[in-house]
Amino acid sequence: MVEKYEKVMGTIERRKERLDRGIKVRTEGIYAISSLEEVAYLVLPRLILITGLLLLPAVIPSLYWKRVISITCIYALLALGFDFLANFVGLVSLGGAFYIGAGGYMAAILNKYVGLSPIFTIPLATFSGAIICTLLLLPALPLRGVYFAIVTLMYPLAIARIIEALNILGGTDGILGVAGFPTRWIEQYLIILIVIFALFGLRRLVNEDIGLVFRGVKDNDQAVRASGLSITLYKSIAVFIASGLGSLGGAYLSHIYMWSGISQFALDFSIIPIAATVVGGGGTLVGPLLGCFFLVPISEFLRAFGTLRIVFYSLILMAFIMFRSEGVMVYAQRKYHQFERWVKV
Amino acid sequence: MDILIYGIVNSFSLALMAIGFTLVYGISRLPNFAHGALYVITGFGVWWFIHKLHLNYALSIILALVLMGLIGAGVYRFVLIRVRGMATSEIIATYALGLAILEFLRWRGFKGMTYTLPVFMEGSIQLAGVPIDLQRIIVIGIGIVVISFMWLFTHYNKIGLALRGMAQDEHAAMMLGIDSDWMAIIAMAIGSILAGLSAIVLLPLGNIVVEAGYNVLILSIAVCIVGGLGSWVGAILAAFMIGFVQILTVRYIQSHFHMVVALLAIILTLILRPSGLFGRQKELEERV
Amino acid sequence: MKEEPILQVLNASKSFGGVQALVDVSFEVKEGEVFGIIGPNGSGKTTLINCITGFVKMDSGKVLYRGKEITNRPPNYIANLGITRTFQIMRPYYSLPAYKNLIIPLFSPRARRKGGWRGGGKLGDRATVSIDILEEIGFERDSFVPYKLASSLPTGYLKRLELARCLALKPDLILCDEVFSGLSMSEIASMVPLIEKLQMDGITLVMIEHRLRELFRVANRVMVLNFGAILTEGIPEEVMQDERVKEAYLGSEKLLDYTFEA
Repeated sequence: MVEKYEKVMGTIERRKERLDRGIKVRTEGIYAISSLEEVAYLVLPRLILITGLLLLPAVIPSLYWKRVISITCIYALLALGFDFLANFVGLVSLGGAFYIGAGGYMAAILNKYVGLSPIFTIPLATFSGAIICTLLLLPALPLRGVYFAIVTLMYPLAIARIIEALNILGGTDGILGVAGFPTRWIEQYLIILIVIFALFGLRRLVNEDIGLVFRGVKDNDQAVRASGLSITLYKSIAVFIASGLGSLGGAYLSHIYMWSGISQFALDFSIIPIAATVVGGGGTLVGPLLGCFFLVPISEFLRAFGTLRIVFYSLILMAFIMFRSEGVMVYAQRKYHQFERWVKV
Repeated sequence: MDILIYGIVNSFSLALMAIGFTLVYGISRLPNFAHGALYVITGFGVWWFIHKLHLNYALSIILALVLMGLIGAGVYRFVLIRVRGMATSEIIATYALGLAILEFLRWRGFKGMTYTLPVFMEGSIQLAGVPIDLQRIIVIGIGIVVISFMWLFTHYNKIGLALRGMAQDEHAAMMLGIDSDWMAIIAMAIGSILAGLSAIVLLPLGNIVVEAGYNVLILSIAVCIVGGLGSWVGAILAAFMIGFVQILTVRYIQSHFHMVVALLAIILTLILRPSGLFGRQKELEERV
Repeated sequence: MKEEPILQVLNASKSFGGVQALVDVSFEVKEGEVFGIIGPNGSGKTTLINCITGFVKMDSGKVLYRGKEITNRPPNYIANLGITRTFQIMRPYYSLPAYKNLIIPLFSPRARRKGGWRGGGKLGDRATVSIDILEEIGFERDSFVPYKLASSLPTGYLKRLELARCLALKPDLILCDEVFSGLSMSEIASMVPLIEKLQMDGITLVMIEHRLRELFRVANRVMVLNFGAILTEGIPEEVMQDERVKEAYLGSEKLLDYTFEA
């Protein structure tokens, strides 16, 4: 870790030292902090992220772009779920739209037909949407390999078609007249707080003991079974968490647009989170979030081009997965930890 | 009687769609989520050759198939080779590729009734009292030809045998001097040609629409899972099962449930017999 | 050593396609003993362990654990009863540090039942407990070794890590699949006392081994498998003299003596 010695200014000997030296003890994740600077070194990036997110609605003037922030946050929830499933549990979910749709329709039904206010519909839709998704995905969970990807790919396509064909749940028109949020500020700050909470919650979760079990399932499912843990159980817990995040986003979306319809099963919801994760850096959880804040606004600029947006994402996604599969955030983190400073010897 | 005949037609269509997917997966363990996109692109390719370049039908078909082979090989050589062995990346890369192709076609406005391919032969005949058009007979014919050709190819041709070797044990095959990447390129090329062939045979029965890309992908995956991923014989058997169930559903319940049959078939298979009809036990012998 | 059987296998049979991996195998393991299973390559030893622990479904036959039937139950259920196994091809969680490898078994229902809800006694912190277990199994506590990524550990430590993963479950019965293979002589020399210590602690061990000399030092009884069927069973001295065993192993008496004595 000591990079090099150098003689500067005659008598004083100085050497370069990595900033994180002295903070990291023995292994990743165990820190020994002894000064304010070191606290700042660890806390500053997080602080910048949180304040940045909280300031966004205040600094952006146009109503249109304020709406985009909320939408971005919904995508960010999906991307967090995708990253969690793909890089910590080893399940590749190609159907983020399925979670959005489940949550969105649940919220719309609860609001429109049961008459609950958004305060209740959002948590209830999150919970019930997650249960529906987990139950429907359950058959694919005991298996290894591509089955989960296949099943998640099929559900949003098939369910949209079923709703269309049977003309249930409002058919192609969707469910109209869902209640909106009282003010713009509540709408934005609530979802931003949810995203921050989800981000740090997931980060905590994957470093807890249960998070290690998830990573064990990804690394080596046979050894997890030999350790007396049911992989199906832990995979379903993980799917429940990820689809809960998606359903929360879907419920929120229904209340933002005051409408819930088949377009909630659209491909955008499946492909953008994946692209954001790959571009942002899989396995970091922060990366996908930042990826969303990069890709979704671009998507808004490209709105005039229709489905060309999806082509654009797919190509970015392919380019990143082929040439820079670690993603931006992994690179940035590595560089950040390699910062050096001069110390006296 | 008409159920029997249309069931057979439908089953052969499914088998034709699925055979390319199962071949690629069986040989190089690559789930080709771009399969549906390759199917649609062939349809539009042939249409374009006929209507824009004014080539004759047979020539456009041959051109399109050659092009498909090149595209398949190119996709492996330039895209998949970089992500080989990383299951997550393989899935995402092929999925992204498929989406890019399909949504690009959609953006270019390839939709609606204007895009059709001519049938090979006009007219229809009576078969045991059931009217059936000649194109559907051709579907059955080509289905049989393709299946038997693939069987002969993998049993009596050096490259075919090498492909089967790859399917059984990639490392052992490599030690015996079989170039794993070359075989995967060939598998992708053949898989794409088969996707294209099925498109050329099946598309004259209806319009060319971008949605078909997703439908074909879902149907072929359903067939492959029910048959046991990568199992060749299983896929054909599963095509017959799903094909007949679909026709029965359309006949006795409602045509909307056409798609639901595929989904239910997958879910039931995963619950009851995850390895499919011909999973695990027989896979060593029958994977190609 | 108590006399009652902890594990009984009755008429176990398993075939893969046309190959009979196990033919009508019946034996029992007594509580507290070290039971060796030997046999040439491909004689069905690993399949037997896979069948007992539920990783492979048996075609016919029964497995009883303390008189209770556990045939073809899922592996996690069997592990929670206290039957754990090591893998011949080691399967640590390569992306995790060694001590975090043990947190996963410590999370299991059995470990939580036996060692408090946090899986590790009064202290309760799984990381602490896992380092204790690693020290017991031969990882130097104050070195960097327990904190290293499993992917950077040498074979000797990985074999120990496999055993440690079993110990974290507080097992009654450990099925060891070739724990000595791939180790140097000195590493084996330090493994043998470890096995003896586990037996002293009251854990029953079933050991599949190719290193016969070391196995015969620790084993109380030995069973010989050949082509999926039991050839003979008995105390090591008897088995060593058995003509059929010598034949099955090498087909030549001279070579056999060489292996046994060297």
